[in-house]
Amino acid sequence: MEPKTDPEVSDAVDDTLVEEELLVEEISIDGMCGVY
Amino acid sequence: MTVTHSPITHSPITQTPITLSRKGSTPKAKGVPPLVEQLKGGLDAPICLTWELTYACNLACVHCLSSSGRRDPKELTTAEALSVVDQLAALQVFYINIGGGEPMIRKDFFDIVDHAVSRNVGVKFSTNGYYIDQAAAERFAAMDLLDIQISLDGFDAETNDAVRGQGSWEAARRAMDNLAAANFGEFKISIVATRHNVDQLDDYKLMADDYGAQLRVTRLRPSGRGVDSYQDLRLTHPQQQQIFRWILDHPDVLTGDSFFHLNALGTDSGEALPGLNLCGAGRIVCLIDPIGDVYACPFVIHDNFMAGNVRDQGGFANVWRESDLFQELREPGSAGACASCGSYDACGGGCMAAKFFTGIPLDGPDPDCALGHADEAVAAAAGSVPHSSQDHSRPVRLGAKPTL
Amino acid sequence: MTAVAFDSTAKWERSAKIGLRPEPFGALAYHFDTRRLVFLKSPTLVDLVDGLTKHDSADAAIEAIVEPADDRSRQAHVTALASLAEAGVIEPATKIAFVG
Repeated sequence: MEPKTDPEVSDAVDDTLVEEELLVEEISIDGMCGVY
Repeated sequence: MTVTHSPITHSPITQTPITLSRKGSTPKAKGVPPLVEQLKGGLDAPICLTWELTYACNLACVHCLSSSGRRDPKELTTAEALSVVDQLAALQVFYINIGGGEPMIRKDFFDIVDHAVSRNVGVKFSTNGYYIDQAAAERFAAMDLLDIQISLDGFDAETNDAVRGQGSWEAARRAMDNLAAANFGEFKISIVATRHNVDQLDDYKLMADDYGAQLRVTRLRPSGRGVDSYQDLRLTHPQQQQIFRWILDHPDVLTGDSFFHLNALGTDSGEALPGLNLCGAGRIVCLIDPIGDVYACPFVIHDNFMAGNVRDQGGFANVWRESDLFQELREPGSAGACASCGSYDACGGGCMAAKFFTGIPLDGPDPDCALGHADEAVAAAAGSVPHSSQDHSRPVRLGAKPTL
Repeated sequence: MTAVAFDSTAKWERSAKIGLRPEPFGALAYHFDTRRLVFLKSPTLVDLVDGLTKHDSADAAIEAIVEPADDRSRQAHVTALASLAEAGVIEPATKIAFVG
């Protein structure tokens, strides 16, 4: 599959990123075509 | 609202890195791909779906995406329809967008809606309003989990009725008045943006504000009868810029993410319409048509985009999870990436339905490409484009009064 | 995201106004009144939301349900619950509590 660069980049700043790790993400009900 | 952007990925079609901006607070739950990729890969069940209850309609709108008019004799029976509700409830589909044709024409309309609500499946239905008399409005006002969307395509009767038929504007306004009088609360007014009404958007907004209603503006697609009326109704390039700006200036107006094909217009100024640029067809939404056929979305009622039928073994869940079409749509880069210019990451290559019904390959530009990359191809293909696989149009002249 | 600090010493519960649907990555939550759509990006978080009502405080629930129980993980889950509270997915528990 496609390489995802994020995990590799994040290694060096692991602590900060884990602290910012967001387990919740909101999406707008108006933000996806077909959902209305 | 947190909008996430994917990391750098490579399209298997073009092998060109698609660079997406990384905003400051990009969420990274370890091991979980970004949300947009989750959605593109398909969910276990739709978030919502469109369910056209009937092909029967009292109107004959020139751009009807379902080519409605006459009831299909193979329409799902009441028992079958209630079973579909049960199936959707079991899958925990959050809500259904009921439409048609005109859904209120079905004698069991309230049975179906009541059953959905009782099973904790929300209902939003789209209607021309003709059948929302005072009694119906009061009945709706007493219901929970119900949302109503009135279709109107012109601020004044002349503009609207030219597209939807004589008397249709009046019927829609009457429905809105009845809903307001019944204290229904916030309903939606939905307009399909056309060449002839795009200058009326401000007036529309005021109308919606007056009713305490939510305004929704969506894209005209060359689907259903729209294939033939598209050239007359589609926005000109200057009008595209006009509506792009208008939507940016009115973030409280809903658009259903239907204008992301215009996002290349914002490249220079760094602006983009809010939304994920995400085509949900077969991934997070789909269509169930009046005879139980399941299509990727309401704008592709064509055999090429039909996944199965709810009457098949395994019902809707099996179609959603196992159909070849939907599995294919959930593959990364399934439609291919338009390589006409460098704006792909802004416009996402547009809408596959729009491309299909204007004879443009799915990895080509959107017919309404704001930068004009499709203008020649659309002109060349005009007259030899595919048409919907279902046509229930009545042989009625536009201008005749709507009848039952 | 939230202007008011989330009180993790209080008892919380899943809102009755939401649909919560499992997905491979966690769950999708939809609020029927506000129409807000929220993704819970880990199965543990989903277990936590389901288990809130069985504990006297969000902190206790995290202690019981979240593994590993280190500071970073605890904080991440408090932050997550705060977001969910702001979105109306969870709300302060009603006074009448039923065991189990």
